[in-house]
Amino acid sequence: MTDLIERHDIESSDDHGDHGVSHHDHHGPSGLLKWLTSTDHKVIGINYTVTSVLMLILGGALAEIIRAQLVSPTSTLVSFAQYNQLFTMHGSIMIYLFAGPFAFAGLANYMVPLQIGAPDMAFPRLNALSYWLYLGGTISMVLGFFATGGPAAFGWVGYAPLTSAVNAPGVGPDLWIGALMLTGFSAIFSGVNLVATIFYLRAPGMTLFRMPIFTWNMLVTGLLILLAFPVLTAALVMLYCDRHFGTHIFEVQGGGVPILWQHMFWFWGHPEVYILALPFFGMVSEVIPVFSKKPMFGYKGMVFATMTIAALSLGVWAHHMFTTGAVLLPFFSIMSLLIAVPTGIKIFNWIGTMWKGQVEYTSSMLFAIGFVITFLIGGITGIYLASPPLDFFTHDTYFVVAHFHSVVMALVIGAMAGIYFWGPKITGYKLHEGWGKAQFWFLFIGTQVFTFPGYWLGLKGMARRMAVYPNNPSWQTLNDWSTIGAIMIGISTLFFIINLLVSWRKPIPAGDNPWDANALEWFTTSPPPHHNFLSLPPVRSERPTWDYYHPEHPALGHGDHVSGHAEQKVSN
Amino acid sequence: MLKQESYILIAFGIFAGIIGAVYWFWGHEDSGGVMLVGAILLGLMPGLYYYYWYRRSGGQRPEDRPDATVADGAGTVDAFPSTSIWPFVLGSGCFFFVLALVFGIWLLVPGLSLVLAAFIGATAESRRGGSV
Amino acid sequence: MTSRRAALLAVIAPLVLAGCQLPSFGAYHGITKGGTQSYELWQGFSVIAAVVGGGTFLLILWAALRYRRRGDTIPRQTQYNVPLEVIYTIVPILIVIGLFAATVVVENQVLSEPTPKATVNITAFQWGWKFVYPGENVVVIGQTTQNPTMVVPEGVNVKMNLVSSDVVHGFYVPALNFSRFAQPGLNNTFTFNFDKTGTFKGQCTQLCGLYHSLMYFQLQVVTPTQYRTWLKANALTPAQAAAAAAASANQINAGIPVKPAQTSYGVN
Ligand code: HEM
Ligand SMILES: [Cu+2]
Ligand SMILES: [Cu+2]
Repeated sequence: MTDLIERHDIESSDDHGDHGVSHHDHHGPSGLLKWLTSTDHKVIGINYTVTSVLMLILGGALAEIIRAQLVSPTSTLVSFAQYNQLFTMHGSIMIYLFAGPFAFAGLANYMVPLQIGAPDMAFPRLNALSYWLYLGGTISMVLGFFATGGPAAFGWVGYAPLTSAVNAPGVGPDLWIGALMLTGFSAIFSGVNLVATIFYLRAPGMTLFRMPIFTWNMLVTGLLILLAFPVLTAALVMLYCDRHFGTHIFEVQGGGVPILWQHMFWFWGHPEVYILALPFFGMVSEVIPVFSKKPMFGYKGMVFATMTIAALSLGVWAHHMFTTGAVLLPFFSIMSLLIAVPTGIKIFNWIGTMWKGQVEYTSSMLFAIGFVITFLIGGITGIYLASPPLDFFTHDTYFVVAHFHSVVMALVIGAMAGIYFWGPKITGYKLHEGWGKAQFWFLFIGTQVFTFPGYWLGLKGMARRMAVYPNNPSWQTLNDWSTIGAIMIGISTLFFIINLLVSWRKPIPAGDNPWDANALEWFTTSPPPHHNFLSLPPVRSERPTWDYYHPEHPALGHGDHVSGHAEQKVSN
Repeated sequence: MLKQESYILIAFGIFAGIIGAVYWFWGHEDSGGVMLVGAILLGLMPGLYYYYWYRRSGGQRPEDRPDATVADGAGTVDAFPSTSIWPFVLGSGCFFFVLALVFGIWLLVPGLSLVLAAFIGATAESRRGGSV
Repeated sequence: MTSRRAALLAVIAPLVLAGCQLPSFGAYHGITKGGTQSYELWQGFSVIAAVVGGGTFLLILWAALRYRRRGDTIPRQTQYNVPLEVIYTIVPILIVIGLFAATVVVENQVLSEPTPKATVNITAFQWGWKFVYPGENVVVIGQTTQNPTMVVPEGVNVKMNLVSSDVVHGFYVPALNFSRFAQPGLNNTFTFNFDKTGTFKGQCTQLCGLYHSLMYFQLQVVTPTQYRTWLKANALTPAQAAAAAAASANQINAGIPVKPAQTSYGVN
């Protein structure tokens, strides 16, 4: 079935609050078949969001077992083999199945078309295919647990030659490779879709520099996906050939070069870090202005910072390889240090947005502020790692584990900001604020309690991926604190689930624009009708919905010092 | 038409070129060099293509004009499928491909059948509803 | 004195005064010149991290607390402040260039390889270490159940050649402030000049399979005389040494039950 989408001239409609509920009902399959056949970006976005949050919970459960094992230096809760499997699956599930898909295919899938006034993604069927590939990848990954010999156990980075047929026999590793191939293709298709949608389906007047920051970040993320994922997929194919077809690409015996895997993996892996992070930067860049009642401070600087981060991320991959002794240290060091600059700009822009605003402590805003703080910690400790002499003694220790958990836990906190912010748009109902705040405090404090001992442990010499560790009282104390933090994070997850149940039993209707927000998604109904909009406001800035409801409060341009300047300055 | 979009992509390609040149002449390392060539192409190929179309058509779409009204964009946006089973079928086929990689070549039989069915089905579906 | 100069002084003075009394910020002091310089670099980075990170943290808190919602008035819709934005672009760039310059200096020290007086060939394997002293007929081998000790002389340049015979391992001695991957087919060299005797723990940092968590060794720094005595006492016949040096991981591990024995030595 095909729908022809027409855009009508309804600009002058002033029936505030009622934008197109009267859309004719959609005839078509229902029930399971409806779910299987839907190509609606909203359904796919929800599928992605729900699946990836389930993966977050699964990965988190594995993490709790890891932390339980580390409570004592010689714990025998799990065996050595199981421990290796646990952190491999924890890392793989979190990175490949939660953070990425949630970021660039979950809320993004739902929100990008809405934010630019599009009826759907550019390629709806490709979009559906992306999700099914991702689901297939998820199943493959999880199937690893049931494989004889267990799932992959070579770490989420799978450094060759630990991944060879000799060192990692069995179907577990093959399932891991297959899962990554499927999710890799799924990501590439999502990237294509994002870029095409943003290039071709914007509403009239929505010039590039009037796109919401979230959409901007998703555009750049899409480009990075197209840059990075093919390299990973190629590396996986090569690895599979090594394992099964007798090639020796990553094996010294036979003339291969193991370090090539590291180059290829990180050429994907570092951009991947930004593929994970940029969408969450975007999410909080939507949340903070709305709950500060101000436009995004330094909007253009923000856009250029995003582009700079993406561009620089091309030349930093080997900062994960400083200790190989085989990479160009100064080059990768300065490139990595430079990324701190645009990242700093973003943080200052978020501060600038709150500055002299009306900061409202909704759950969503608390999560957003928590994101900025946690990300700041992860970013600052990242600067150390960009300096080779300092990386030499922190690499592969708990310092690194703590550093990237500050970052990824910031992303989890950011994800919550997004869920509390956009949940009402997606379901039509708000989440409960009290439970939301309880969740925030447990998640935020738990994160710091969990990561801080790690920095210390790493400096004292505790290597990562250790099922048992030297019997040293101070190390155990630090590990115990870390576990307490992990438990707090676990409790916060329970609060989240409780909140979902509570809000489901006692729905709090949200209305179309509960937060008095900025971007176009808030102009349509909650949830939006099939194909999203029956009417559109004129787009004259990156805040069309705000402009529509507050025509007397436009953003002040560069030189504007008198309010009441209705004309938005737009650069070309 | 896609003027700024093409600039972004071209700038990305040029930046990759600069990084690539520095890396190549300083580091003499092949794999990174090759991957950066890929990055250059990723920027330049679509970027120059868009630029070419921008120069040829010269026109501006309503979404490129700061003063465009919703009326300027009135008319058919595009044809969008509202439902389709074929992505699911194709996805299942690919899943069987992976299972074939892991558990044995015979799984290619269901895999290939599903993929083939999806290709045929999706093509026929586009033909039937085929208005763009 | 102009207020700007006063401000500058206020920033610099405590740093200068604090001098070498800066806290360690958690890192080891190092037992080589490179290690000590890395430690000082660590301190430098930490001071800047504390100032920049702490300042930014306070700014976030201030913005969030001071401007909490107090009513329904819509605040001024300020979107740009170009001079401010330029400042917080330029200043970080300058800081980064400074950090990079310091990094390069220390990095050159850490990686410098003056002519060695002694050499150790290190081979990492699943799951242990082999230290071969070329020309001395001394070979030390050990794995999970018997951690080997690498004995090295103080005060002279000791060159190490590091390689792996199977998967990637990591050669890491926390006290040295140094680590390096041991990789198959890729020889890595580095040179230390130890300025302190003592025994320090070392371990594998890169996941290398099942018993990665048990792959320790000791680094024992002794005086040059003790070193010579030790070499003499442990010298094998050339034939034995050659055989030991050529032994594969399988042969070393054969017969020794590899079981999760806990290495129990304290750190510090
Ligand atoms: C409940 C919160 C979490 C806890 C308690 C936790 C705990 C841990 C611990 C203790 C390790 C180190 C295992 C080891 O090296 O021995 C680890 C590794 C890792 N974690 Fe987490 N984690 C959490 C959340 C996350 C999230 C949200 C992500 C990503 C989005 C993530 C990604 C990773 C990765 C990539 C690794 C490395 C795995 C490897 O070494 O191969 N974690 N986690
Ligand atoms: Cu090892
Ligand atoms: Cu190891």
